[in-house]
Amino acid sequence: MTKTIKLSPDSGFKIVLTSAAVFVPLVCGAVVLSLVTNSVDAFGKFGFFGFLFSSEWSQTPGSESYGALPFILGTLLTTLLALILCVPFSLSIALFNGEYYKGTTLAKTLGTIVDLLAGIPSVIYGLWGFYVLRPIVMTLGLSPQGSGILTASLVLTIMIIPYAASLSTEFIKMVPANLKEGAYSLGATRAEVLGKIVFPTAGSGIFSAFILAVGRALGETMTVTMLIGNTNQIPGSIYDTGNSMASIVANQFGEADGLKLSSLFAIALILFVITAIINIIGKIIIRRNAIKR
Amino acid sequence: MKTKQFLSSAIALFTVAMLASCGGANNKQASNPVDLSGAGATFPEPFYTMVFDSFNIATGNTVSYGGIGSGGGVRNLKDKTVDFAASDAFLSDEEMGEMEDVIHIPTCMGAVVLAFNLPETQQLNLSGEVTADIFAGKIKKWNDPALAALNPNISLPDKDIIPVFRSDGSGTTFVFTHYLSQVSTEWQTKYGAAKSVDFPAGQAAKGNPGVAGIVKETPYSIGYVGSEYAFAQKLSMATMKNAAGNLVAPTISSISAAAQGDMPADTRTMITNSSNPEAYPISCLTWIIIYKEQAYNNRTKEQAKATLQLLDFILSPEVQKTAASINYAPLPETAVSNSLKNLKAATYNGKTLLQD
Repeated sequence: MTKTIKLSPDSGFKIVLTSAAVFVPLVCGAVVLSLVTNSVDAFGKFGFFGFLFSSEWSQTPGSESYGALPFILGTLLTTLLALILCVPFSLSIALFNGEYYKGTTLAKTLGTIVDLLAGIPSVIYGLWGFYVLRPIVMTLGLSPQGSGILTASLVLTIMIIPYAASLSTEFIKMVPANLKEGAYSLGATRAEVLGKIVFPTAGSGIFSAFILAVGRALGETMTVTMLIGNTNQIPGSIYDTGNSMASIVANQFGEADGLKLSSLFAIALILFVITAIINIIGKIIIRRNAIKR
Repeated sequence: MKTKQFLSSAIALFTVAMLASCGGANNKQASNPVDLSGAGATFPEPFYTMVFDSFNIATGNTVSYGGIGSGGGVRNLKDKTVDFAASDAFLSDEEMGEMEDVIHIPTCMGAVVLAFNLPETQQLNLSGEVTADIFAGKIKKWNDPALAALNPNISLPDKDIIPVFRSDGSGTTFVFTHYLSQVSTEWQTKYGAAKSVDFPAGQAAKGNPGVAGIVKETPYSIGYVGSEYAFAQKLSMATMKNAAGNLVAPTISSISAAAQGDMPADTRTMITNSSNPEAYPISCLTWIIIYKEQAYNNRTKEQAKATLQLLDFILSPEVQKTAASINYAPLPETAVSNSLKNLKAATYNGKTLLQD
């Protein structure tokens, strides 16, 4: 009758592995669940699209009204600006390291420094931005208060360059040498090789590198909070102050209560969804690229 | 709701863990030392840290305090996970209606000062109306006639004023906007008094250090900062025209003067725009709030006793005297005597705990 269950060390290890692997998605699910349950009040009161497209953030007790639009715009504007500004730098570094000086000590050193940039805690960028870049923006007369969308974007640019650059370098390195050699043997110039061979082949990979960099910029909290000016209105121009989704949550969760707390959860949920979509797009493009090869 | 409870219990757990890690060494006097926990306002935190240390030396009881903001502290008290909450704003009648009976005990005083950055001058006079207009974005230039009239001896520059305010909810904002609402009906109807207000102009930063940092680094800016922080950092602070029409600089004594007047029995009062001619007009009290009935959530009688003992200790003249050393103003006598009376009303299972 009695059935002895013998656990071999191998199956024990399997159990540990499986439970560890299951644990992470479970936590992720729990995070999403709590974001959704806590934001129900806000979406219920203002309506999903009402909340999404309302620019009002009125905290006066009795006439509370919350909308996410200023923060969504703040996040998208800083991210977009950072993306545009980072393209020339990231692409140059990628070409320098992956094509022109591929494999040289110079390229390796540059690569290490770029990777180092990725590892610097964001508060350090924030501090540098606050004490060095802000005064420069003020002296240039770009904005009287120094803080704002532009200042935050400039620092974000520097923060996301390493992400875009190092991944792009890898994709450019992966362009098969025989393709390039073939082109050269047909008399193509370097510019033609870059334009007709390297970029078309590595293109989708480079694109995904920038997508992942965008994902990083979207959620950046500390740096942006220190530099964006934290005003809860739609910025009139890039020289204006504004606020991002991440920084409104970081700024206001402490004293928030009731409807306001629920609205912050709702903003967090929207940010979560946007970031997830961006990352998934990036992953899909990378995978397609890998399959093609 | 569940997550809130979870959050507060997590905070409580964290404070207990902190307590466990730093308790040990000091409990020599009391045979049964009690661990108290409280949470709330960050404004009085340095004062409390000092007081709790000396309370520990005097009684052996330890107190752990989480500076999580007034709102968070009150939430924890509502969830009954702490022995006391600390708040820069007293509870409204409405809030009190949602809870069991509570006692408010003021512990010390502070103020909100206007820190400014004008390369031309270290001195600036302001009135309530002008301050309200600056933060409402109506006075845009430093050489505005209204400002010039208040500062006849200073030539103010033709530069944009950059108001700086708090991006996080804060008791400091509440006190400041409460004052503005008292002196400007327009402010009252348009923006009101709250922990976060929708300031129409300028830029915002988190915490007193954030606002002070921006002001220090931004020429032609002006921001409101807690006095305890501004005094410690020796910021340039504006002199305010008070209700009696006197120009008063923020000092420990001018802040204390603001509460030298009528004090209601339950001490729930705002002392902004005080009528005292010596008073700095943007002064405030800060409170510790406890339940009147101390037997809740399995608290022991010792715990209840220690809680009251702690408050009694804070109100003692010796402790009040030390407040000024770290830039807080001591309570005036009426506030202390009213509070001692209120403290005696606290009970454990219906029986009073403190004897005369």
